[in-house]
Amino acid sequence: MNMIVSDVAMGVEMADQVKIKVNDVDVFYGAKQALFGVELDIKANQVTSLIGPSGCGKSTFLKCLNRMNDTVDIARIQGLITLDGVNVYDSKIDVVELRARVGMVFQKPNPFPKSIYENIAYGARIHGLASTKADLDAIVASSLEKAGLFEEVKDRLHEPGTSLSGGQQQRLCIARAIAVSPEVILMDEPCSALDPIATAKVEELIDELKQNYTIVIVTHSMQQAARVSQYTAFFHLGTLVEYGETKKIFTSPTDKRTEDYITGRIG
Amino acid sequence: MTSFVLLSFLLISAFLFLYFRSKAISFIGSTSQKLHSRPEFHGGAALIFTIIPALFFYSFVSIAKDLFIRLAGYNESEAQMVASLYDVITLAVAVLIIVLGFLLFTKKQNIRFPARHIVEKAIMGVLFFASGIAVLTTIGIFLSVIFESLSFFSQYAFSDFLFGLQWSPQTALREDQVGSSGAFGAVPLFAGTALITVIALLVAVPVGLSAAIYLSDYATPKFRSIAKPILEVLAGIPTVVYGFFAALTIAPFIRNSSESLGFTASSESALAAGLVMGIMLIPFISSLSDDVINAVPQSLRDGSYGLGATKSETMKRVVLPAALPGIVSAVLLAVSRAIGETMIVVMAAGQSANLTINPLETVTTVTVQIVALLTGDIEFDTPKTLSAFALGLVLFIITLILNFIALRVVKKYREQYD
Ligand SMILES: Nc1ncnc2c1ncn2[C@@H]1O[C@H](COP(=O)(O)OP(=O)(O)O)[C@@H](O)[C@H]1O
Ligand SMILES: [Mg+2]
Repeated sequence: MNMIVSDVAMGVEMADQVKIKVNDVDVFYGAKQALFGVELDIKANQVTSLIGPSGCGKSTFLKCLNRMNDTVDIARIQGLITLDGVNVYDSKIDVVELRARVGMVFQKPNPFPKSIYENIAYGARIHGLASTKADLDAIVASSLEKAGLFEEVKDRLHEPGTSLSGGQQQRLCIARAIAVSPEVILMDEPCSALDPIATAKVEELIDELKQNYTIVIVTHSMQQAARVSQYTAFFHLGTLVEYGETKKIFTSPTDKRTEDYITGRIG
Repeated sequence: MTSFVLLSFLLISAFLFLYFRSKAISFIGSTSQKLHSRPEFHGGAALIFTIIPALFFYSFVSIAKDLFIRLAGYNESEAQMVASLYDVITLAVAVLIIVLGFLLFTKKQNIRFPARHIVEKAIMGVLFFASGIAVLTTIGIFLSVIFESLSFFSQYAFSDFLFGLQWSPQTALREDQVGSSGAFGAVPLFAGTALITVIALLVAVPVGLSAAIYLSDYATPKFRSIAKPILEVLAGIPTVVYGFFAALTIAPFIRNSSESLGFTASSESALAAGLVMGIMLIPFISSLSDDVINAVPQSLRDGSYGLGATKSETMKRVVLPAALPGIVSAVLLAVSRAIGETMIVVMAAGQSANLTINPLETVTTVTVQIVALLTGDIEFDTPKTLSAFALGLVLFIITLILNFIALRVVKKYREQYD
């Protein structure tokens, strides 16, 4: 009895823990401002979904979290983003390490033109995570296992990653991200190129992954946001309109724009 | 005469086009039926019935005129007369073709006449003809090279040519002189070609590829927009300019500096030619590689950066492997250019057929020897002249094999990466 109580207490505690804190963030592409004063706390070991009409800045926001915007020449960011209390944009932060801690899965599956094995081993190799071949094999196997892909591909690890189906490729990309043991996984519309069955598999996977990872997912589908996420943020024209528990956002939104969007009146 | 005929053909074409177009227009509304093809197609199809066959006839027969007169064996004054008669008859037949075509088309043309399909077929015919010319000339050149080579090999043993170590095609002055009958061992030439090509690639591939990598993934857009056109201008410099740069600047520099290091170098050296050829190939390789590196999708780079890879790791492990087939074919194209290059070698590497791998010595290449054999007062049917064709044949076969390998390599990687 006691044990169960403490378990629940721990769950609650973890749910309350803030993993990423976003403070008054503005993003500019050249002279054009794409995000306006975004304030948001992302909870550890939860799935947070970002919804909103196209072009409202969801991808831009996501890319701030692992500094992928650094690769865009004209992008400029103001404000404060902290990961476990440490400023992500501090000049002392090593971007390469940051991106190993905050992994990313893209809209279109983008496996490398290498074998399935090499796709997973890639991150482990560049970060020197495995010292022996056996270590590497173990990392590959466990990453594929966690991504729910191992059974499907275990006999064809040395075939090209691009020979998999779209849904399998996307799970391969998730496995590839998992292989470097990140703490946070960012997913930018990971199911938009997939059929319903593959989508269901990925959603199931996201639900499992939240035990070990903090997940932020951009989605166009409100059903998907409702199904997989505990927290939802609604963006509109570069501003964060409303943020809260998914249940609350979908049943009783406080902002008129949120209500219009989830009932299909804007978008 | 011919230009007058062609001009009148042009005027007649314009007339026929307009005439049959307006006739087609006049069909509209005469019945309830719809015009099958737009009036322009009627005009076009009329030309296909009249002017085009006439033009074909006229040009082929005119080309054959000289041949006909020569074969018939007329004397000078007869030839004059026959020639003008021939012209008149040709023209008359051409006009007859036009008239017959005109009558035939007038008979055929009606509101349902499928002029559009006829024009379509004619366009296909023109395209087919053009590709036929390309293929036939290639085959023709190849056959003539083979033919002349065979006649060379009937005078000089094939194995002596291919494996002989002595190349001295010069006609002997005295009977007892070495190589009085001419020695045609091609090994020194191919060795020289290979030596210079290897030196050129050692310069061009690392520098060109690095430049391409910098331009595509590291340079700012501004730098890229300036540097890329400059490289392309460099690729357009005539090779003879590189040649005298090699002969007047690089070769003396190499001789002086190697002498100060204690080596002996001749004033013309394989190294000088190879270095300059390498410089010539840098823009070629960097421009082609830059294109293939750029063609690697950004999503692959993003995937790699997203895993925490640095720029150079991404380049080395993701982008370059994906671009490799393209880079390999760029290098092989560069090899064919190096093998075929003549000017730089003439000016910087010399003409003497030494069999050596010492880059400081003077060597010569296959193409340079072909030029040397076929310039000046030459006589066909001598082994000296015919050997040029044999060299050309071997060069051709080597390039063919290189291309074949390139295609195989590219295909293998395609299978692996797509
Ligand atoms: N690389 C870029 N350069 C310039 N503008 C960009 C770039 N990426 C995004 N934007 C602009 O920023 C805004 C937000 O885009 P994005 O974050 O991709 O929206 P979303 O993912 O919500 O559809 C859009 O107006 C878009 O045009
Ligand atoms: Mg987006």
